[in-house]
Amino acid sequence: MALTFTDEAKRKIATLRSRYPDPQAACLPVLHLAQDEFGYISDEAVGLVADAIGVPHSHVWGVVTFYTMYHQHPTGKHTLMVCTNVSCMLRGGYEVLEAIEKKLGCKRGENSADGEFTIVEEECLAACADAPAMISGERYFLRLTPELAMRALEDIKKMPPDHGHQPPSTIAKARKS
Amino acid sequence: MPVELSKMPKIVTRHFGAEEVKKIAEARKQGGYTQLKKAFAMQPQAIVDEVKKSNLRGRGGAGFPTGMKWGFIPKDAKTVYLVINADESEPGTCKDRELIYWDPHLLIEGVIISSYALGCSHAYIYIRGEMIREFAVLQRAVEEAYASGLLGAESPTAKGPFKLDLTVHRGAGAYICGEETSLLNSLEGKRGWPRLKPPFPAVKGLFGQPTIVNNVETICNIPAIIDKGAEWFAGLGTPRSGGTRILCMSGHLNKPGVFELPMGIPLRTVINDICGGVPGGKKVKAVIPGGSSMPPLDASELDIPMEFDALMTDERIKPVEVKPGVKFDMGGGKILRTMAGSGGVIVMDESTDLVAVTWRIMKFYAHESCGQCTPCREGTGWLARITERMARGEGRPGDVELCGTIAHGIAGNTICPLGEAAAWPMLGFLTKFRSEFEAKIKPGLVPEIPAHPITATGIRSPELERRG
Ligand SMILES: Cc1cc2nc3c(=O)[nH]c(=O)nc-3n(C[C@H](O)[C@H](O)[C@H](O)COP(=O)(O)O)c2cc1C
Ligand code: SF4
Ligand code: FES
Repeated sequence: MALTFTDEAKRKIATLRSRYPDPQAACLPVLHLAQDEFGYISDEAVGLVADAIGVPHSHVWGVVTFYTMYHQHPTGKHTLMVCTNVSCMLRGGYEVLEAIEKKLGCKRGENSADGEFTIVEEECLAACADAPAMISGERYFLRLTPELAMRALEDIKKMPPDHGHQPPSTIAKARKS
Repeated sequence: MPVELSKMPKIVTRHFGAEEVKKIAEARKQGGYTQLKKAFAMQPQAIVDEVKKSNLRGRGGAGFPTGMKWGFIPKDAKTVYLVINADESEPGTCKDRELIYWDPHLLIEGVIISSYALGCSHAYIYIRGEMIREFAVLQRAVEEAYASGLLGAESPTAKGPFKLDLTVHRGAGAYICGEETSLLNSLEGKRGWPRLKPPFPAVKGLFGQPTIVNNVETICNIPAIIDKGAEWFAGLGTPRSGGTRILCMSGHLNKPGVFELPMGIPLRTVINDICGGVPGGKKVKAVIPGGSSMPPLDASELDIPMEFDALMTDERIKPVEVKPGVKFDMGGGKILRTMAGSGGVIVMDESTDLVAVTWRIMKFYAHESCGQCTPCREGTGWLARITERMARGEGRPGDVELCGTIAHGIAGNTICPLGEAAAWPMLGFLTKFRSEFEAKIKPGLVPEIPAHPITATGIRSPELERRG
């Protein structure tokens, strides 16, 4: 029972590799792809990525743990990236984050119990002129107040999940015997 | 005299607000890619010379002259890479994301011309991982450019063979990858650890080959330089900085926003005339002029022209001190005032708790330190913890001095400038607002600033409270 890449994913990996003179350079893009496929980067996924680009597993581990966007645990369907850096903090970013935590009953870095959301406290999202800012998937939620953030949560629920999302119970679907 | 935004020259932001220009057909109708013909009729070296003459300076942070940087590529180089830095993550900066979103084809046109000038046949755009929407926009634009034969095909008109591939590479969440050598490591599939310089990337960069790293805004200016000429571009700016400058105006402003403005416009004009002043008629207390790694200006320093040299040398800006009366020496007796940095301007009104702001800045750099150098790894953490307890009004006697000593100990002793990026604002805030820090140790000294970090404008960190 091993995790595998679909044929489609394998084709994509071949394209990614072809864009660099050294296949190791495809490490970040292939990890993004793995996260899209499997929902998060498990130990098994690390091995798959390492083998796909021909580098030691330990190298991929080093990369996964260095960057903040690779999830090492299952996440909610939607990641809420809430900025609290200076420009956002000056205009109520912490109040927005707190309101979201209260509403979802979980803290930053955690998943909501219903599996819908993961809250991430973000550093500057490059939307400072429209602070406070939050990103979920391809969408920006700008000039937020705690009230607007509550409405945003409703909107986000209707969006497609961030990654080919598999809550923990259905991860088996991605496995081939 | 009120400033009329509509009369100001717009080079890189002229398509902001026009959704359709993302599509190549519309972009071409609006003049996109028309400068390729003119550029290809020139010798590559002539383009480099033109960029030198234009006085274009890098918009990524350091303001290094672009043409001069291009000139560092060894003449006999066989493989050259151009890498566009679209990792924008310096707090307060939000222009490159907008440039990519509104006008991806302008960036691609700039990349093609620059690659031709540099002899590069495969360019990379390193885009910040969190910019999921902008990645989609840019990737689509790149695919359109491939489909139209602008990329991936031999150019029929270039002098000599020229064919360019362009790959958009997503980061994965790490501020440090904006630093150019860290970015190159990240692009090579490694952890984003900065490299020791020298060798500089222009000599030994991506995959060991000569490499130019340029910011998005820098490269977006290239087509206009080809179009209207170096003299025109240089003439728009100040004697040593050509063109316009995007300022990202955030914080306590009535009309925050991203504005392309004449190089050297006084800060006070931007705050009052462009951004409609401070809400509630409050006074400005402090302004970060170029991203959170730059020392702040105080209310007496708002008449400074927002231009690279002025922010470093204008004598109206007080020098940053290590401790009262002792100027910070950047090496060779060079004193530090502040810098234009990334164009991220953060305005703070009179009710702002600057100790809490400093804590948030230190927390950021501590979080983003890559951990390779001890002074940066440990020092940024110490500064975050000490400013945190000061922000909570629980500073210990000696904390203010300690912050100065630690910051001074980081600066100049690290592999990359992230160390300075933390040390400079620490020393800058201490130099200009020392009494606020002291008040956190002896609460009551400055009564209008509450010892507990809650202000009228809502600066409050639950983290500070929870542990209190
Ligand atoms: C810690 C650190 C972070 C940086 N982040 C960015 C960034 O996000 N975007 C950028 O263009 N330059 C950034 N820079 C500057 C780059 O190292 C480099 O100087 C710049 O991309 C060169 O382009 P330019 O000459 O066109 O300005 C950063 C530098 C440091 C030290
Ligand atoms: S200064 Fe900090 S971020 Fe830069 S290399 Fe050293 S530890 Fe890493
Ligand atoms: S500080 Fe929040 S987006 Fe920049």
